[in-house]
Amino acid sequence: MTCTEFLALLDDLIDDSVTPEMRAELQQHLKGCEHCEVTLSTTRKTIEIYRSHEIYDLPPSLRERLHAAIMARCKKGC
Amino acid sequence: MATIQSIAGENEQHPDVALVERVRTGDVSAYDTLVRKYDRQIFRIAQHITQNREDAEDVMQDAFLKAYEKIDQFQGNSKFYTWLVRIAVNESLMRLRKRRTGKMVSIDEDIETEEGSVPRDLADWAPDPEQNYSQTELAEILRKTIQGLPQGFRIVFVLRDVEGLSTEETAETLGLSVPAVKSRLLRARLQLRERLSRYFRRKRVPKEMGVDK
Ligand SMILES: [Zn+2]
Repeated sequence: MTCTEFLALLDDLIDDSVTPEMRAELQQHLKGCEHCEVTLSTTRKTIEIYRSHEIYDLPPSLRERLHAAIMARCKKGC
Repeated sequence: MATIQSIAGENEQHPDVALVERVRTGDVSAYDTLVRKYDRQIFRIAQHITQNREDAEDVMQDAFLKAYEKIDQFQGNSKFYTWLVRIAVNESLMRLRKRRTGKMVSIDEDIETEEGSVPRDLADWAPDPEQNYSQTELAEILRKTIQGLPQGFRIVFVLRDVEGLSTEETAETLGLSVPAVKSRLLRARLQLRERLSRYFRRKRVPKEMGVDK
């Protein structure tokens, strides 16, 4: 397996949608290729960081204000 | 009262379905529950697309009001959440169009880029690299980095990886094909990774300098 072939399957590997046979092949490539190993681990980390950090917080005061506005309109029957 | 017949069979019903049914019978408090359940996500998606706080506030309001008005059109065969996200994405894009008057805005723009198709920066990252930054610094880095992605990549990444929609749901929400979503997702992930490397790469310590005195 070449690095390009590995890269084409990177998402499937990350999203865990590869067959066991394919996974074995990918693992085999990883053993001998530091570049792909790093690409895989840092891409995983990228996703994890974006998933676990709130970068657009909805502050409680704003939340309540928006919420009140929405419900007021809904009660009027929009 | 309308009868809820499970056409899908014995599958357990998503709790949202019951809430939606109650909203349809005029129970506003059930809608209150739905709004509170999803407001953060909708606000976040609106921020990611409009990149503007006021626009995101407006989008959030408009999206929930529109969903309320159109609740009768909601079909039980998709999730309420994905249906709501689709409304929010459309509202966000409309808001962008208004802001950049005359300029067409679509999720297809700026898509011609080869950047990130092949990883260049292959330095490994420090273990737990985010811990080298304060929460505020880190949030700023993450915001700046994702804002630099082409719109069409950014939305796919946000829906798929941040908000947890499936590939199929993302495709349906954005009106894209599944292969298009997949190819954008890969490029979005790789570009973000490449850009974050600047901040997170392992710092090389020259041997002669030692680590610490
Ligand atoms: Zn490789």
